[in-house]
Amino acid sequence: MTTFLGIPSVGAPVRSSPGVGHLQGSESFPTAARRALGDSQLRSNIGRATTTIRGKRARVVGEVPDWEELREAGRTLKASTMARLPELLGQLEEQVTAAGGTVHWARDAAEANAIVTRLVQATGADEVVKVKSMATQEIGLNEALEAAGISAWETDLAELIVQLGHDLPSHILVPAIHRNRSEIREIFRREMPGLGTELPPDLTDEPRELAMTARRHLRRTFLRAQVAISGANFAVAETGTLSVVESEGNGRMCLTLPRTLITVMGIEKVVPTWQDLEVFLQLLPRSSTGERMNPYTSMWTGVTPGDGPQEVHLVLLDNGRTAVLADEVGREALHCIRCSACLNVCPVYERTGGHAYGSVYPGPIGAVLSPQLTGMTGDAVNDSLPYASSLCGACYDVCPVKIDIPSILVELRAQHVEAAAASGRLPTPEAALMKAAAVSMTSPFRWRLAQRASRLGRLLARGRDGQRRIRSLPPPLSGWTGTRDLPEPPAETFRESWAREGRS
Amino acid sequence: MRIALFVTCLADTLYPSVARATVTVLERLGHEVVFPPGQTCCGQMHVNTGYQADALPVVRHHVEVFEPYDAVVAPSGSCVGSVRHQHARVARRAGDEALARRAEAGAARTYELSELLVDVLGVEDVGASFPHRVTYHPTCHSLRMLRVDDKPLRLLRNVRGLELVELPSAESCCGFGGTFALKNADTSTAMLADKMRHVVGTGAEICTAGDSSCLMHIGGGLSRLRSGVRTLHLAEILAATDDPGAEVAGQTVPVGVVR
Repeated sequence: MTTFLGIPSVGAPVRSSPGVGHLQGSESFPTAARRALGDSQLRSNIGRATTTIRGKRARVVGEVPDWEELREAGRTLKASTMARLPELLGQLEEQVTAAGGTVHWARDAAEANAIVTRLVQATGADEVVKVKSMATQEIGLNEALEAAGISAWETDLAELIVQLGHDLPSHILVPAIHRNRSEIREIFRREMPGLGTELPPDLTDEPRELAMTARRHLRRTFLRAQVAISGANFAVAETGTLSVVESEGNGRMCLTLPRTLITVMGIEKVVPTWQDLEVFLQLLPRSSTGERMNPYTSMWTGVTPGDGPQEVHLVLLDNGRTAVLADEVGREALHCIRCSACLNVCPVYERTGGHAYGSVYPGPIGAVLSPQLTGMTGDAVNDSLPYASSLCGACYDVCPVKIDIPSILVELRAQHVEAAAASGRLPTPEAALMKAAAVSMTSPFRWRLAQRASRLGRLLARGRDGQRRIRSLPPPLSGWTGTRDLPEPPAETFRESWAREGRS
Repeated sequence: MRIALFVTCLADTLYPSVARATVTVLERLGHEVVFPPGQTCCGQMHVNTGYQADALPVVRHHVEVFEPYDAVVAPSGSCVGSVRHQHARVARRAGDEALARRAEAGAARTYELSELLVDVLGVEDVGASFPHRVTYHPTCHSLRMLRVDDKPLRLLRNVRGLELVELPSAESCCGFGGTFALKNADTSTAMLADKMRHVVGTGAEICTAGDSSCLMHIGGGLSRLRSGVRTLHLAEILAATDDPGAEVAGQTVPVGVVR
């Protein structure tokens, strides 16, 4: 099934550009997770931060009497938007153009980076200020600009910490969640003097002192910059209005001071009408920061002569989204409004942090979004992401637009197995075991034989009567017995004892 | 009421005492329990590991075996969750709409034990006696797929002599997740470590839950650490009485826990 989006492209929908941007790491999830789990500083920082934000969210969501109706409204709006995405994107382009903006279409990360680089070069600027944006992190825009000799300065406090630390974001909302304040102090002391910001010699790790230091550092950049680059939380098709939702006001500095404003936005961010924002602006802050209302909600419609940026561009980014939209189960991942509530409640994310996912989209939503954007081949690194979940369902419960993440994870696991089979990578030992289990489970006779075979486990059990346990098994079951015992299989299964007693 | 026992492959093979206890509780309440002998497994392992083509015949087999019964009970939130939320999807994904409809009809008659007792049979006091300090772990699928809510707790609060202690962060996953425990053994263990810390911190002698699978995980960790805390399925506690002649004494409770 293909879905035409009105994007001037040829052939089938493309996945994200391989090797460009940050949608795939270099190691599979279990490997990367193992290293993260051993980092006690990371475990402590993330455990503390997610627990705090989880509690805040639960409190403010609990006080909204019609929260479930709001979630359903959000889900319905997103589903109907996706169903007529081509039409709405066309309308958005018309309205932005009519308001004096220029719309560009980018099939993938490489095209988007090239468009933005060209636009910046045309202004003659050699630096840009950036509003916190997932889309530009996704396509690796900063690296592309740097390769063209353009410095990109992150202005969101957490993104600044990540950038100065030569690090990668580990959370959608709080990119530096893996850092604590004493680490941040060290990063500032190491990096800021070289960029022209003098630091007081007695700088402590008090949050206020650190924030004021960042403020001094950023203020000079804001006043100097001629070009700003942003993402967008929403784009209203009927008016051509773009919107950024943020907490610090640094975004608004970028959106209002420079002469040129370039916005890179995933095509799924469009909403049909202005009134639809009413739903999302209630859902988003409570779900993401645990705030009742968002502190800085900026909206702009094209160019306003004499006020704000006089040159406004919108780059509409596909980068695999059309391919996701074509998947009847997986497309729901495009409903995501990037609140990160699913990360904060995820028991896996809470232990491993975001870097283990290898993508700028970590946590449960990343586990369903990243492999779909890059495509699964049967043995790609991102093929491991749909398995990075115990399917506990906590993500589905908190999602403000009710994305059924567990069901998408299960579907993607099926697609991965099918991709592996199609590329000749099956049968693996696992596939052979699954086939054998299915064969035994469709015949009571064969099932009894399999149960009898499992009784061989009695030979492996050790310990005193009544407390006999299996403490060691060969791979792959050693994954279990490395940290957990197994009970000794009983001498008789339930069905055997039932039959022995002559019951039916 | 005539109730068919969907024993679950795990209880049948590794925890027959859980199946036995389920029968004991229902018979004590005056119901007839039958065991459809053709049953094997619900196929959840196949579905959740990505082997949907292999799951399809297992799902069909389950649907056929339980089709003749008006009420089906399983001592597992996870297996009932699979029947209720996955079987029809597996059938539809394979293009078998007829099987999907039959699966939906069967799912509507399939209950997790606490659901059957509280919602269908209207019982919160099953006449059990279990004088021990117990903490309850709400398993993810019973909590978030089935929404059993506080039904297991209501049943436990009516057990004579039982001291129920609250488990901190109870709603956090224990890290089992089926093949997740093998494929992501390190992350699974990190989750288990926190669950065990909370269980041990309650000072409870026993951790109970409605799923043998999660209890196998939590219990396997507690046993490895020689923590002195045991796991018992909810059904085993509900089956326990202070009648020394009752079947439950010898059959359902591991040595050294009762008396």
